Amino acid sequence: MVFLTRIEHFNAAHKLYNPSWTHEKNEAVFGKCANENWHGHNYELHVTVKGEVSDDTGFVIDVKHLSSLIKQFVLEELDHKNLNLDVVFLKDKMCSTENLAVSIWDQLFSRLPENVQLHCIKLYETPRIFVEYFGK
Amino acid sequence: MNKRVSVYRKEHFNAAHRLHNPAWDEEKNYAVFGKCNNPNYHGHNYELVVKITGEPSPETGFVMDLKFLSDLIKETVIEKMDHKNLNLDVPEFSDLNPTVENIAIVTYDILRKNIDDQLDLQIRLYETPRNFAEYPAS
Repeated sequence: MVFLTRIEHFNAAHKLYNPSWTHEKNEAVFGKCANENWHGHNYELHVTVKGEVSDDTGFVIDVKHLSSLIKQFVLEELDHKNLNLDVVFLKDKMCSTENLAVSIWDQLFSRLPENVQLHCIKLYETPRIFVEYFGK
Repeated sequence: MNKRVSVYRKEHFNAAHRLHNPAWDEEKNYAVFGKCNNPNYHGHNYELVVKITGEPSPETGFVMDLKFLSDLIKETVIEKMDHKNLNLDVPEFSDLNPTVENIAIVTYDILRKNIDDQLDLQIRLYETPRNFAEYPAS
């Protein structure tokens, strides 16, 4: 069993704002991140898959295939977008890094080839803040 | 003594923006600025490197007290831009496209008036780990 990781990046605007709370409560909980007019980040995404190495190719997965799955189902939806307004799979979700990582997992999980499993989504919101999600 | 030394302070902020020229129609804006023209904005983690060049003081050994520089950048630049929408929240960009070039120039202009004339100032601003601008160009 070998783990293989593909690193990608995208940038996006968002805000942390719970519409069922008052403006004051949002400010108290989310601080600057609740700024009404949005702010933004350069996100760095690490997608780790695991599987047996094929005798025929020496690969766990063809990384070109993994890269195009991430581009099609994740980056095209998120890159240069407003996460709160523009992204169908984040509709009605709080746009935290935690929820974004879980949603990216859901986008990719069932789309991988049969003999490969998704292991981890690691998502950096800044060079100093990241989350990891292992599917449960 | 006459030995000139550069000292640097790195800071960071994050912000939303969009690239848009209001004098152009939607089509031309999209043709020129592409994804960066998204009407709902996008955003970046900016990394700012401020370079100060001068002769170390014979009394302190400093070109500039870096704590002073750090406080100055935080009070005049970071507070203005961090967790903001550059187009909507920062008055300097009400009439100026917030490209990495223009943000570097605005940052220079803000800091220049607070720094001793004897010292040279240069701004390097990273919009992403791969794209950055320097002003003044050297």
